[in-house]
Amino acid sequence: MPTDAKRPLRIFNNLSAKIASIPMILTVLVVFVGGTAWTVVHSFTKSKLLPKLNFVGLDQYERLWSTRRWLVSIENLALYGLLSLVFTLIIGFFLAALLDRKIRGEAVFRTIFLYPFALSFIVTGLAWQWILNPDLGVQQVVRDLGWASFELNPLNNPDTVMYGILVAGLWQGTGLIMVIMLAGLRGIDEDIWKAARVDGIGTAKTYLKIIIPMMRPVFVTALVLIASGIIKLYDLVVALTNGGPGLSSEVPAKYVINYMFRAQNLGQGFAASTMMLVSVAIILIPWAYLEFGGRKRG
Amino acid sequence: MVENVVETDTVPQGPRPRRAFSRTNIMLYGTLIVVALYYLLPLYVMIVTSLKGMPEIRLGNIFSPPLEVTFEPWVKAWSTACTGINCDGLSRGFWNSVRILVPSVFLSIAIASINGYALARWRFKGSELFFSILIVGAFIPYQTMLYPLVIILREIGLMGSLWGLVLVHTVFGMPILTLLFRNYFTAIPEDLHKAARVDGAGFWGIYFRIMLPMSLPIFVVAMILQVTGIWNDFLFGVIYTKPDTYPMTVQLNNIVNSVQGIKEYNVNMAATLLTAAVPLLLYFVSGKLFVRGIAAGAVKG
Repeated sequence: MPTDAKRPLRIFNNLSAKIASIPMILTVLVVFVGGTAWTVVHSFTKSKLLPKLNFVGLDQYERLWSTRRWLVSIENLALYGLLSLVFTLIIGFFLAALLDRKIRGEAVFRTIFLYPFALSFIVTGLAWQWILNPDLGVQQVVRDLGWASFELNPLNNPDTVMYGILVAGLWQGTGLIMVIMLAGLRGIDEDIWKAARVDGIGTAKTYLKIIIPMMRPVFVTALVLIASGIIKLYDLVVALTNGGPGLSSEVPAKYVINYMFRAQNLGQGFAASTMMLVSVAIILIPWAYLEFGGRKRG
Repeated sequence: MVENVVETDTVPQGPRPRRAFSRTNIMLYGTLIVVALYYLLPLYVMIVTSLKGMPEIRLGNIFSPPLEVTFEPWVKAWSTACTGINCDGLSRGFWNSVRILVPSVFLSIAIASINGYALARWRFKGSELFFSILIVGAFIPYQTMLYPLVIILREIGLMGSLWGLVLVHTVFGMPILTLLFRNYFTAIPEDLHKAARVDGAGFWGIYFRIMLPMSLPIFVVAMILQVTGIWNDFLFGVIYTKPDTYPMTVQLNNIVNSVQGIKEYNVNMAATLLTAAVPLLLYFVSGKLFVRGIAAGAVKG
């Protein structure tokens, strides 16, 4: 609460705080609120090369949902999102649990599992593009060893391309979740483990039945973190496949950028980005309600 | 790193230690080592590829170490690799990135720390509301704000320039950094603040003479967060700059994924490693602070 409630120089002091907050207030009002509202309003227009307020109702949305490229993008993001969520949680927790077993060299392993997170999606994508290169990469190495029919070429096959992107994404992002899970595991009372051992409950069962339910808040944090990363999926696709082969690895963020800055069809871009906003709201509002609904924030 | 080992060993955590060579232990370490090798594999492949000549890459094995070590790919990636019509290598992108990074990091941290300080100790009517919207704003997909920012930058004449991108990074770094500083400053005992007020210090006096010197660790954490984030950015770079001012990530992608010419995988991998070098170095040097930075970034958003 205000610490300066009864100070004589209140107006002057608050003026300093207000001046200091001008960048925040401008960012919030102009970019976050204003910019978002502007985009939503213009998604109901038929703006092409330049934004114009020539309203056409829901035309852009009708067109959006009948465009194959958008439907493929949504489908890809759903597949990637679901798998990425499940596997990141499983791998992140598994690695954290391994590191929590009082092992030697924990810091070394932690450093190794986390370093990909310091790399950009572009670097990640280019590295995996090279490893998965069909002519010179892992596929060729295994074939040279004598297994001539071996196939590992996910990026050039429309049916498997999203799994190839998933492999690179998991490599980059699991370390972060591991760190968060490890912090959660470290917060669990040693006595829980003792009690479980006294009761003769095995290690795996203790994790599944006792530890994981106790770590619910950590899992929620991880979930929100992974989910907000998934919707942003863009750079990784650009670096790995640029949406190909054909349209088979297109994603919504890329659709938006393409219509806004390449195809010069602003209305479509605005409609698509509004749909992204709506989907984030659908995920976040129930979560915020559950997390903060009962108690006051701040 | 040695420090970490000692520390985790002295704090009893997790289950009781087992005998050195039990079956569980072999499985445990075996799994860890296999997984660690998998995580290291891409880095290893990038390094060996970047040190080979093209004939060796075409004939050899992606995993084999170079028979003949050559640094030519590195030189070429740095100084002569082509993006479109420019053939002056990644060095251009590197310096662009540096010129974007330094002011962005400074500006975003300066603004967010003063802002967080105002929110923690000098609240005014509406400050909490603005802060709440700021945090909610962190979840809005960037795509809904991209075009309005294009218009704003065009209006103030910064579209396509490095300073435009600096402004964009400052705006989008604000939620997480403000949260970070606000929480940190709130945790500093209020009595200190009161004592300084009694002694006649004002808003800026307390910030510069008390808060700033006491908060060096959080400034380092914020710096690590921002350096990594801004260096690795691709989306804003590709939209708000033009070929002359492309940051390193954008130029790297253009070099490697260009459709013309013969693919020079060794040059590509050298270029990729050059781009990765800054955040990687920061990561290995900062160690625990990096973890703290991302954990802080993870708390709410």
